[in-house]
Amino acid sequence: MKSLLFVTLVFFTLNLSAQQIPSADVKKMSGETVSTSTFQNDGKPMVISFWATWCKPCVKELNAYSDNYEDWVEETGVKIIAISIDDTRSSGRVGPYVNARGWEFDVYLDENANFKRAMNVPNVPHTFLIDGNGKIVWQHTSYVEGDEEELYQKILELAK
Amino acid sequence: MRKIILSILILACSLPVMSQSDGKPVGRLTGNFNMEAWYYLKDSVIGTEVPPEKTLMNAYGNFRYEYGNFTAGLRFEGYLNTLQGFEKGNDGTGIPYRFLSYKNDELQFTVGNFYDQFGNGLILRAWEDKNLGYDNAFEGVHVKYNPYKGVYLKGLYGRQRIFFELGDGIVRGFDAEFNLNEIFDTLSSIKSRLVIGGGIVSKYQKDENLQYNLPENVAAFAGRFNYKRGMFGLKGEYAHKINDPSADNNLIYKDGNALLLNATWSKGTFGVVLDGKWVDNMSFRSDYKAVEKNLLINYLPAITQNHTYALAAMYPYATQLTGEAGVQAELYYRLKKKSLLGGKYGTLITLNYSRVHDIERETEGLSNDTLGYTDQFLAISDELLYDDFNLKIERKFTKKFKAVLVAQHVSYNKQIIEGKGGIVYAKTGVLDLSYRLMRRHTVRLEQQILLTEQDRGDWYSAMVEYTISPHWFFSLMDQYNYGNEDKDLRVHYYTVGMGYNKGGNRIQLNFGKQREGIVCVGGVCRQVPSAYGAYVTISSTF
Repeated sequence: MKSLLFVTLVFFTLNLSAQQIPSADVKKMSGETVSTSTFQNDGKPMVISFWATWCKPCVKELNAYSDNYEDWVEETGVKIIAISIDDTRSSGRVGPYVNARGWEFDVYLDENANFKRAMNVPNVPHTFLIDGNGKIVWQHTSYVEGDEEELYQKILELAK
Repeated sequence: MRKIILSILILACSLPVMSQSDGKPVGRLTGNFNMEAWYYLKDSVIGTEVPPEKTLMNAYGNFRYEYGNFTAGLRFEGYLNTLQGFEKGNDGTGIPYRFLSYKNDELQFTVGNFYDQFGNGLILRAWEDKNLGYDNAFEGVHVKYNPYKGVYLKGLYGRQRIFFELGDGIVRGFDAEFNLNEIFDTLSSIKSRLVIGGGIVSKYQKDENLQYNLPENVAAFAGRFNYKRGMFGLKGEYAHKINDPSADNNLIYKDGNALLLNATWSKGTFGVVLDGKWVDNMSFRSDYKAVEKNLLINYLPAITQNHTYALAAMYPYATQLTGEAGVQAELYYRLKKKSLLGGKYGTLITLNYSRVHDIERETEGLSNDTLGYTDQFLAISDELLYDDFNLKIERKFTKKFKAVLVAQHVSYNKQIIEGKGGIVYAKTGVLDLSYRLMRRHTVRLEQQILLTEQDRGDWYSAMVEYTISPHWFFSLMDQYNYGNEDKDLRVHYYTVGMGYNKGGNRIQLNFGKQREGIVCVGGVCRQVPSAYGAYVTISSTF
């Protein structure tokens, strides 16, 4: 009897640890539709950062990540996904904007804020850290210089 | 016996869980909360009033529950009463947004409230932005169906939100999108990527107008493409709307149309963006009497830059729904790291030019005066509505020191856009310096100047911001209208503020005078109306 209870409990806990990123349709620069439920990084940590071309702190934040990205990937295998919430007024700028800045992240367009709503983001910038099981383990709203250090600490803890 | 019943119970409880143990989630409740409350003070010079309530508040909370393929959500909103600068129609509380949704690999349906966009939004876009006080959500039924890889079909029936009520009109829409590279296996690995799509939207509103014979069903169509090859991209959309007399167009029966084009190219650290746009009589609402931001079915994006520095955004531009033609060009060039001009960390230069004119309308010799006017597709009038030329240089000098320099010239046809004030010509300069004092401590000094002979004259603005990562920020800002012709109106719009962030939570306290515009402080950007007083904002994501 006790063992049955135990098995049940194990199943419950197993399930709780296996989460998935909320599903919403976003677009690649080429206009191709991608479901956010397919976002994954082979069990390694993943950062999802919401930004817009018209948001100064967002661009500062992604510049700071970009400066460190090579080292971070090498040390932890982390992947950064940048979700632009620019609507069709400015979403056409995103491609060249990202290339000129030399950002190596995976960039997607969320022109009507479907994914932003699914992730309950009130304002940009807003950044989530996702563990290898797809669970949100940390988040941060707004950006000031130096915040990237806190994020990196959290990534290191996950990568251990 | 008891043992058996207990075992069955436990098994029954664990069965649905077991069947889910292949990585799918158990129930998950998430959400967010946001509130802003003001205590108002009177300033007769800048014309702010104390409302009878003294203090006003806007708030909302979203709750979202996911279980496997099901999602349910609701948003409570409270306006007790509505903050100054937002439309008072919202006063009160309610749950204007609630939905149930089911999704599997092919099909997704939603009943209740929903948002969506067809293509670029020229014929349909339901969206919300609480900072702008905008929400035109549908209430009805929404279906998404992917019958085959690369084929995306969407259909909806609904009525639109206006404050806590629904508008009169019923909106019906259908949209199809085809990703040719996904559909045809032979195209799957070629370099050229092509997505095409099209939609139709129709609204129904009973004709109760005694004077006019109004069309009860009004349809709009649109077709679009998105082509990409390597670093070159070209996309466009054309939309056409049949006769739709409304308050926006003074009840004329002329058809409307719109065209959007966007071309991009990048190579290395160089990038270019070209935009073109034509709009003629394209306001599209689910109630022909509606005005302002209410009951809009579609979205006509402006193709001018959305500035974030306060004085550069002093004269912002929004699309003229009844007609305009515009172009925009933007160039990016990043000077390489460790080069003579680029410096140790590189330098980014952005050049942007946009220009918007009215369209050419012909009113003489009309066979039918209910059409209002005739025009030639893409015929542009000499009447300038807006132009903006700006240069931005961003440079990181050392690990600790960064600078941004902006120079801008704007021509703003206040006469046509706001109905008074002639054309305003303004020159703006911005110098934004930030210096990292210690590992977590940064000080930022932002100075701006705006020079103009028209409107309210010259402005100077300075802001000092001190941030301690990852939790604290403090700021002090003053915008001084020193060039106002009226000496009594040479006012300082000052604000002192501080905030605390932790994880998904943020709390911010401010005191001062706000001039209308987009303000970005301590890491968040939002649109604000003019006001004077003390306010607190709290936001949380959970």
